[in-house]
Amino acid sequence: MSDKIDINKIAKLSRLKLTETESTKIVLYLEQVIEYIDKLNELDTTNIEPTSHILPVQNVFREDIVLDSADINYLAASPSSNKGHYEVPKII
Amino acid sequence: MHRKTILQAKDDLQKKKYSSVELTEAIYKRISDVEPKVQAYVHLTRDIALKQAQEADKNLGAGSNAPLLGIPIALKDLICMQNVRTTCSSKMLDQFISPYDATVVNRLKKAGAVILGKTNMDEFAMGSSTENSWHHPTMNPWDLQRIPGGSSGGSAAAVAAHECLAALGSDTGGSIRQPANFCGITGLKPTYGRVSRFGLVAFASSLDQIGPMTKTVADSALLMNVIAGNDPKDSTSANVERPDFMKGLDRSLSGLKMGIPKEYFTSGIDSEVEKSVEEAIKTLESLGVEKVEVSLPHLKYSVATYYIIASAEASTNLSRYDGVKYGYRSKKSDNLLEMYMNTRQDGFGEEVKRRIMLGTFVLSSGYYDAYYLKGQKVRTLIKQDFENAFNQCDVIVAPNSPVTAFKLKERIDDPIKMYLSDIYTISANLAGIPGIAIPCGISKTDGMPIGLQLMSRHFDEESLIAVGHHFQKNTDHHLQQPPL
Repeated sequence: MSDKIDINKIAKLSRLKLTETESTKIVLYLEQVIEYIDKLNELDTTNIEPTSHILPVQNVFREDIVLDSADINYLAASPSSNKGHYEVPKII
Repeated sequence: MHRKTILQAKDDLQKKKYSSVELTEAIYKRISDVEPKVQAYVHLTRDIALKQAQEADKNLGAGSNAPLLGIPIALKDLICMQNVRTTCSSKMLDQFISPYDATVVNRLKKAGAVILGKTNMDEFAMGSSTENSWHHPTMNPWDLQRIPGGSSGGSAAAVAAHECLAALGSDTGGSIRQPANFCGITGLKPTYGRVSRFGLVAFASSLDQIGPMTKTVADSALLMNVIAGNDPKDSTSANVERPDFMKGLDRSLSGLKMGIPKEYFTSGIDSEVEKSVEEAIKTLESLGVEKVEVSLPHLKYSVATYYIIASAEASTNLSRYDGVKYGYRSKKSDNLLEMYMNTRQDGFGEEVKRRIMLGTFVLSSGYYDAYYLKGQKVRTLIKQDFENAFNQCDVIVAPNSPVTAFKLKERIDDPIKMYLSDIYTISANLAGIPGIAIPCGISKTDGMPIGLQLMSRHFDEESLIAVGHHFQKNTDHHLQQPPL
């Protein structure tokens, strides 16, 4: 099973910097859970349509009318902002 | 005063037996008495609540009969309330102050409710015991050595311990119904799309639903009248008419058929739970509900399907926590990617990280079809099971959880065992149908509450409310009190 799981790749895609101990524990967890979910392979789902949304909702439209903007200072929630911008560590 | 139901308190307030300020103060007194033992709340909003109560008293004097005027209610800490912290019981959002009200909060405020505070939960609603909270665990008021269930464990414990008259929770795989069951209260998960999710911190967007956690079915009906209904701010909220749920309470049960799914009574169910549920079915028969046997053959695949879909959606939803726009940011990074990775490493707890990893894995290139797509297809089969069952019956009657509340730390190291405590509730979320947990007995083995679960067709919460209300009028299980 563990040949399936490239823990470093998944951690990177997940944007998580795991410790060694965490990695080992998560590999065990993933092996256990994946073995459990593999039981779905008992079912033949060849001609079954996938369900992504439970109700028959298509696009939801509304009239194109001007409404008041919410008067919210979203920057106030940021851990770091400067002169009306979000501030992050240097990129280049 | 704190032991009242919403409907009783509403009547008392109208008759001026006491004021909303007196009621609110009495609840805060109760909170300070029992909270050291129960730890249901993560923060209180006393100043706001007392102002709302004063306002309610003024409006009561002026003859207003807004549906929740002066009624003290608690919110699970993933529902946003303007200028109040919404932490999701995570370090990631510990200092996050909501810039706006969730639609449900807006509706509660308009209905005159008094908001007491925010209740504890598993971090980002991932868990079945509230032990995954970054703040602290919550104890079951029936036995302080046991968990209250989860993820809405704080809301359930607060209602059971009379630290509020009612609370809102959210249910992604059973997170309203399982803790309601474990704490001996009533918990309703509405149809997906019935209640707006605007302002609800997202876990798994195709499954999440806000609902009432109350002392009685009648109180849930009243809360549904306030929170349900289409919301232009949530494009997945259904554009269907909201019925008057209170009108459905006393609807006759004659001609109604209940389906008993045989798969819910097989291995793994505690014998005390099975016995109580069977007695409840006999009670419902005596009230005129006809019994038929139905089959939900894919039940045993529901937990596996759920963990694919919920984790996949969670890994996507939680990608927003990058330390830029809100929440926690790690200070020890000198470039952007390091900042993202350190922030998420420090900010998320163990269960959240492993679900993100699982979700990322099932969505990753090479495994998408084998896991995520497979899960979506089995979801279709589970949905079809219910459609077939509802051709034969109006309401499905089943146990809510195979067990009663377990002890703290008993399952925390065994994720599959923890996940399986939700086996009976998960499929309602996958199918999008409504479900309600109501107390139906006390286990003779451990003295803990047992829960009955009713499920119905999409947008037919009224049948659940009618059957549940008749059941409570004819039994006293919901009147049993924890020794606190």
